[in-house]
Amino acid sequence: MSMDPIFRALADPVRRRLLDRLFARNGQTLGELCEGEAMTRQAVTKHLAILEAANLVVSQKRGREKLHFINPVPINEIAERWIGKFEAPRLAALAQLKRKLEGDDHE
Amino acid sequence: MSESKFIYVTYIRTTPEKLWAALTQEEFIKQYWFGVAFDTDWKPGSPWRMHYADGQVTDEGEVAQCEPPRRLALRWRHKMRPQLAEEGEAFCLIELEPHQDTVKLTVTHTMPQPDSKLIQAVSGGWPSILSNLKSLLETGKVILTRM
Repeated sequence: MSMDPIFRALADPVRRRLLDRLFARNGQTLGELCEGEAMTRQAVTKHLAILEAANLVVSQKRGREKLHFINPVPINEIAERWIGKFEAPRLAALAQLKRKLEGDDHE
Repeated sequence: MSESKFIYVTYIRTTPEKLWAALTQEEFIKQYWFGVAFDTDWKPGSPWRMHYADGQVTDEGEVAQCEPPRRLALRWRHKMRPQLAEEGEAFCLIELEPHQDTVKLTVTHTMPQPDSKLIQAVSGGWPSILSNLKSLLETGKVILTRM
């Protein structure tokens, strides 16, 4: 699967906000996602379709409703391609330093 | 929504048979699952256990369904962190579907109660495991050797 649809989907602030809202509460219906958005139901449907085509959102039927879930796997692939494999040792060292300085022994 | 649920989907350029082998064979699992080993015979009703090389068990449960190379369902109990363990039993469903020249892999992890800490914890782990699995099958190499 090409990464182009992922970047195209993420290029829009409305779609990033929809992902933030699913991150805050996963498994929402179209109606719930329309609440608080100053746009038509059709517009939200269109944004969700673009997110689904990019595999950033996965939907599942529950009775008559469709629930929407954030799918973090493609974003993780982006992170690992450009951050993880190059930066892992340095990021780990930085995280360790931060923990030491902040005196936080938890994870 | 009363339950806690996370759905992870990735498309991997491989065959359902190869992906199934990667999901169920010890030698494969070790390579992309950050050194964790899996003990089970994969028969419905059989127990399974996930543990580190030193023997410490992280998670365990029973195989609920096993239909190669399409569907694997696991009853899932966390054993390491008491806060997560006390939430009780989660359910993990792994589905494989051919999609053009790839296989669509869907992992659904569910907990019957809302705001599950276990679901929150696994939601951080699964994406790295799946990215590693995809990389291993498509290129022969994993991306990260540790989380």
